[in-house]
Amino acid sequence: MRIVCPHCGERGLQEFLYHGDATVTRPRDGGAEPTPEWTDYVYLRDNPNGAHRELWYHNAGCHAWLVVTRNLRTHEITAVETAHDVALGRLS
Amino acid sequence: MVDKYSVFSVLREALRGHTGWRPAWRDASPVGAYDVIIVGGGGHGLATAYYLAKNHQRMRIAVVEKGWLGNGSIGRNTTIIRSNYLLPGNAPFYEFSMKLWEGLEQDINYNAMVSQRGVLNIIHSDAQRDAYARRGNSMRLHGIDAELLDLAALRAKVPYLDYENARFPIQGALLQRRGGTVRHDAVAWGYARAADRLGVDIIQNCEVTGIKTENGKAIGVETTRGYIPGKKIGLACAGNSSRVAAMAGISLPIESHALQAFVSESIKPLIDNVITFGAGHFYISQSDKGGLVFGGDIDGYNSYASRGNLPTIEDVCEGGMALMPMLGRARLVRHWGGIMDMTMDGSPIIDKSPVENLYLNAGWCYGGFKATPASGWCFAHLIARDEPHEVATAYRLDRFAKGYVIDEKGVGASPNLH
Ligand SMILES: Cc1cc2nc3c(=O)[nH]c(=O)nc-3n(C[C@H](O)[C@H](O)[C@H](O)COP(=O)(O)OP(=O)(O)OC[C@H]3O[C@@H](n4cnc5c(N)ncnc54)[C@H](O)[C@@H]3O)c2cc1C
Ligand SMILES: [Zn+2]
Repeated sequence: MRIVCPHCGERGLQEFLYHGDATVTRPRDGGAEPTPEWTDYVYLRDNPNGAHRELWYHNAGCHAWLVVTRNLRTHEITAVETAHDVALGRLS
Repeated sequence: MVDKYSVFSVLREALRGHTGWRPAWRDASPVGAYDVIIVGGGGHGLATAYYLAKNHQRMRIAVVEKGWLGNGSIGRNTTIIRSNYLLPGNAPFYEFSMKLWEGLEQDINYNAMVSQRGVLNIIHSDAQRDAYARRGNSMRLHGIDAELLDLAALRAKVPYLDYENARFPIQGALLQRRGGTVRHDAVAWGYARAADRLGVDIIQNCEVTGIKTENGKAIGVETTRGYIPGKKIGLACAGNSSRVAAMAGISLPIESHALQAFVSESIKPLIDNVITFGAGHFYISQSDKGGLVFGGDIDGYNSYASRGNLPTIEDVCEGGMALMPMLGRARLVRHWGGIMDMTMDGSPIIDKSPVENLYLNAGWCYGGFKATPASGWCFAHLIARDEPHEVATAYRLDRFAKGYVIDEKGVGASPNLH
């Protein structure tokens, strides 16, 4: 598997660190009590057998966080965006 | 009904040119309604069906398996069994499993090649010695055997490790003598045959595609071989638990990950224990055919492809070379991958699900083979009596929401790090 980093080009897997599902969003801070939203965010995952949007960190490269769309059955990568752009897109 | 295996049956068949053996289990088709349907014909599903039939009231039981029996991780693992756990929620459960392994072959009348050859966890630093001493003490407090070996004792036992390694110096080992290996697919076949003898229908090539509910209760499963009604449904679909639970609208604290295993060419007897490298992730044993069987870390990112990638192969082999450089002379002849449920705390789930009559056995991570007998026993107990078995009370699904996670490795909610 190789990932095409928007900044560095096509690089081998060993340069990257994985950080799981990129679709979960952090709830706003509530009180001291745990809420179902926090449980969902920290623990529950869709884990689909198909397209998966996931976070990768270009550790041995540009240090960017990336959102990679990858098929979990074939490992085919169909999109790579920077997490920065994805977050900005969420805001607008 | 299949014959009992014995010395006499082996002799009889030897004289008859092996013409009298019959299939070890019936290739059943779904017939009518069942009291219990187990989804998944891996080790855990088959063991559950067997203990349901053996330990509980009379029931009609079916195991439905999407592929052939034993296609999943039960036939892909590196066969290691041990009960060297630290935390209170785990230790009694895995020790119960070890005790069941010790009597398994007589119980199911099947040679599963249970071999208590000892598991050695090698120690490479002072901190690791302290951690293993603590683990060993905790095991002994739970009545589990553990011995701390110093360098001289370890050297006498396994002289071929790299004791001169400056980067990963070897200080000793934690030894569990009762740990060892078991022929993995024989476990699937043995449980299948024993369950079949007690009347369980084992239905292969039958994929569950939907879970039918009525008023919030599960009442049956849609399959590629038609609808099968069932009063209770138990999921034991290691690796695919998220997908199958989603059919009932349940979301799980699980990611699917690939783990690879490796076998070298056959060599003369060399390694008579299971050995684990403590400075990286690497474990090795030798099969009775002579192949060195080894593995290491999971690939580290979600996957449903039963194969891994090259960086992990390199990493595993580097771990092996650091521990026993002579490995570099052996040729690697086979490697493969399997898919596992990695949970958010590295521990399994045996519990009722939020849907009534639907039960969950999932999240076995890369250590579920050793758990097979106890998992089946406890899951059967839960399904038959609607209450958890006493050694499995910690494996609740709501432990994540409530803060009772069982995190042996202490790495938090990162499935790829457990
Ligand atoms: C390479 C590797 C090495 C390992 N090494 C060890 C080890 O040394 N020691 C150890 O303790 N553990 C080890 N494990 C982990 C262990 O193998 C697993 O945790 C354990 O086998 C999982 O339980 P199981 O046997 O029931 O799983 P499986 O055999 O995977 O059974 C699950 C079954 O469910 C079926 N299924 C899935 N979806 C459906 C559906 N929709 N309908 C019907 N059926 C379905 C699958 O086809 C499969 O047969 C290893 C795993 C791997 C992959
Ligand atoms: Zn980059």
